[in-house]
Amino acid sequence: MTTNGHFQSHYIPNTSEEQAEMLASLGLASLDDLFAAIPGDFLNPPLDLPDPLSELEIQRELAGLAAKNRPMNSGPSFLGAGSYNHFVPSIVKALMTRGEFLTAYTPYQPEVSQGTLQVIYEFQTLIASLYGMEVANAGMYDGATSLAEGVLMACRVTGRQQVAVLDTLAPAYQEVIRTYCQAQGVTIEAVRHWEPEVSEATACLVAQHPNFYGGLDDLGEHSKTAHDQGALLVVSADPLAMGMFNPPGHYDADIVTGEGQPLGIPSSYGGPYVGLFTTKQRYIRQMPSRLVGKTVDTEGRTGYVLTLQTREQHIRRERATSNICTNEALYALAATIYLAATGKQGLKQVAELCYHKAHYAASQIAELPGYSLPFTRGAFFQEFVVQCPAAPGEINRRLLEENILGGLDLTVSPYREPLGERVDRGMLVCVTEMNTKADIDALVSALGEFSA
Amino acid sequence: MNKGGNRDTAKLLMERSVPGRVGMVAPPLDVPEQELPDAALLRTELELPEVSEPEVVQYFTNLSQLNFSIDTQFYPLGSCTMKYNPKVNDEMAFLPGFANIHPLQPEEASQGALELLHRLQGFLAEVTGMAGVSMATLAGAHGELAGVLMIRAYHQARGDTGRTKLAIPDSAHGTNPASAAMAGFDVVTLPSDANGNTDLDALHHLAGPDLAGAMITLPSTLGLFDTNILEVCRVVHEAGGMVYGDGANMNALLGRAKLGELGFDVAHLNLHKTFSTPHGGGGPGAGPVCCGEALTPFLAAPVVAEQDGVFRLVSPERSIGKISAFHGNFGVLVRAYTYIRTLGAAGLLSISGNAVLNANYIMDGLKDIYFLPYDRTCMHEVVFSADRQRERGVSGLEVAKRLLDYGYHAPTMYFPLIVHEALMIEPTESETKETLDAFIGAMRDIDREASEDPDLVRHAPHTTPVSRLDEARAARQPNLRWQRPE
Repeated sequence: MTTNGHFQSHYIPNTSEEQAEMLASLGLASLDDLFAAIPGDFLNPPLDLPDPLSELEIQRELAGLAAKNRPMNSGPSFLGAGSYNHFVPSIVKALMTRGEFLTAYTPYQPEVSQGTLQVIYEFQTLIASLYGMEVANAGMYDGATSLAEGVLMACRVTGRQQVAVLDTLAPAYQEVIRTYCQAQGVTIEAVRHWEPEVSEATACLVAQHPNFYGGLDDLGEHSKTAHDQGALLVVSADPLAMGMFNPPGHYDADIVTGEGQPLGIPSSYGGPYVGLFTTKQRYIRQMPSRLVGKTVDTEGRTGYVLTLQTREQHIRRERATSNICTNEALYALAATIYLAATGKQGLKQVAELCYHKAHYAASQIAELPGYSLPFTRGAFFQEFVVQCPAAPGEINRRLLEENILGGLDLTVSPYREPLGERVDRGMLVCVTEMNTKADIDALVSALGEFSA
Repeated sequence: MNKGGNRDTAKLLMERSVPGRVGMVAPPLDVPEQELPDAALLRTELELPEVSEPEVVQYFTNLSQLNFSIDTQFYPLGSCTMKYNPKVNDEMAFLPGFANIHPLQPEEASQGALELLHRLQGFLAEVTGMAGVSMATLAGAHGELAGVLMIRAYHQARGDTGRTKLAIPDSAHGTNPASAAMAGFDVVTLPSDANGNTDLDALHHLAGPDLAGAMITLPSTLGLFDTNILEVCRVVHEAGGMVYGDGANMNALLGRAKLGELGFDVAHLNLHKTFSTPHGGGGPGAGPVCCGEALTPFLAAPVVAEQDGVFRLVSPERSIGKISAFHGNFGVLVRAYTYIRTLGAAGLLSISGNAVLNANYIMDGLKDIYFLPYDRTCMHEVVFSADRQRERGVSGLEVAKRLLDYGYHAPTMYFPLIVHEALMIEPTESETKETLDAFIGAMRDIDREASEDPDLVRHAPHTTPVSRLDEARAARQPNLRWQRPE
């Protein structure tokens, strides 16, 4: 509220009297005196922003904006493609929003940050285990940037500057890799997933598991192809699928990254999420981002600290392994709580629910006249491509009228190109444990209206 | 206090695991069971904990209590702007219409989200005096990378390919040179002068046809408004370069000056500092990039455009490309939007005014005891040197550690690198005068202890859950995960 030109915010304690008292102790007359170093012509420019709102008003305004969006829990939803609709147990939000976690900074003072540090150590343990890898870091921004940093790390490890990316890697991830590599003299080549060309100049072969179109590539074959040429195998893997399928570590992958969002993180229009990053012990000094290590204090008690920091920007500056600083610690916490809660049995159960429901949906859609499943000869997890009898965009508009969120329209660039000519009306359908049989049957019935 | 049983935090999740315990119950399968794929694809071992829900809640709650946080302690960590994080911001981000929407759902089903993003782009452009904004970057350093890639793309688009150098002050955050290197630039160091401003002679020397630009933090990491800033921008521009602004310290300038008007071409903001979004123990952040007309076509994709009341995601004409999987850290952006709407222009002015007032109040309360290398009005933070305490055998680090015993988080230590035994203190606008007085009192007490009982300070902290940790051992024999005992 504003009184006599003084704005008193409920977030700012100082009253005008206190300000006057503090200014007087500094020998100053007004707040403006504190800003005398700013050249006069540039001081206090007009600031055209809407007037302040009370909490009641702001809640109304945002509820109005939120109401213009369709939440996935408001009806059956079958959209995946890198962000997945999974169940989040109540304890995840209840614990991660505790002020002691939420409002702490990066754990630079380990004596008063053991909570955050021990959580990250748990996170590193569980993520490495999930991917079948030796070590994990404290997390990256998201799945795409994590993979791009994995590619740059592979170039450092091998001293090579060419990267072979399978055409089944998510197009957005391919683009982020190009953005990260554009100034590094690294050349990126998209290779066909059935005969990837890898040479002795290749730093790494980049795969996705399951791939963008839902299928499970033969990682054993990719591993051999890469390693025969001295290249690394870099894999971006869905962590939830690891509850059921062999992890990339099983196939001797060298760097495994992933999007942590399926592990208890809301879809939230694309972020914040957390990037997962794992590798082999022998490459730890080439890893980007923070690492937490176990040690002891002066009295021999176990404690945790940020470690191997000589890799990082605040020590190494332009010679650091990455510029990353703030990452996504709060969502590493969310993923850790999720994995603790689901545990050994729960993660397998959730993955299997996704698998069986997706395969049920696929089998039902395949029976609809005019629909076909071009790629299901191989195994798939929870996503699959459907060739539709009409334009997927048109089908999706019709589905939305029945409050069903359809799959991803694959007819638009850049999704279309890797599919070849025979899939010219493709839709990428995702089914998770959130979809009931009734949801799936409603989808199948609505799709049936377009049957030729 | 040592708690018994599973409320003791000593045991890790895998050490608590008891075969057969579950932390969740999955719903029954409601479709016919489907054929499983080739068994060779299926996982046979999965090493995850088996713990019940109460154990999970008690373990993480007890872990949280080992942390210092803004909600529990004064946290004057310089350069990090540890201000109050309003609870309503979190609640708004958790609205199902925001938290439960898919990034690829049709634009007609996401108009509210896109409208919010479009408005926030406008707010941030207004605050910085810039023309274009992309919010796809997920942290400050991520924004830096996008910004310097834009500078590179701009020069290349003009066929000006010889600009290989970026000038970066010796006081800069480590992310600046690291980002410059990722964008393929050679880093040249720009020294500071005796007043803590950019050394103009040195800049003139560096300005030439190979200079791509300069990365400047304003106020500088010394907590000072660089009074040479107009000249810095002029010299860089005259040489054909672009000026990048590291917006980490924008809390001092809200409503007081606009980077675009001062001559900056591109800058990032740290929404997790200036705009109150919680730091979460090390993220998430958001580092939107704001730029002038010349660089707008190069912004990272996507940005939100409006036409006839309809909002769409678009890729700028000559974009450096996508730099993250989707459209930015939306949940963080909702919080920042809520914050700006709550405060308005008057509130933003009050933030900068009180943040700078509080920092100067601490400076005044301590400068007779702690050495002040640059004795002039500071901005949102003050940088002292513990040189005088060092003479009595107590280092800046030890002063900082002793503060933990007094119940205050430590200031940023040994940064910026150009100040010996640096202690960088940033109180923010959200602290009361009582807290500032108590903190000043604690710092004065510690100085007295440095004379009367230096060992007390040297071996601090004494009251925290653990004492000083052996960092050398952690680095020498890295133990980065739990392993099943053999």
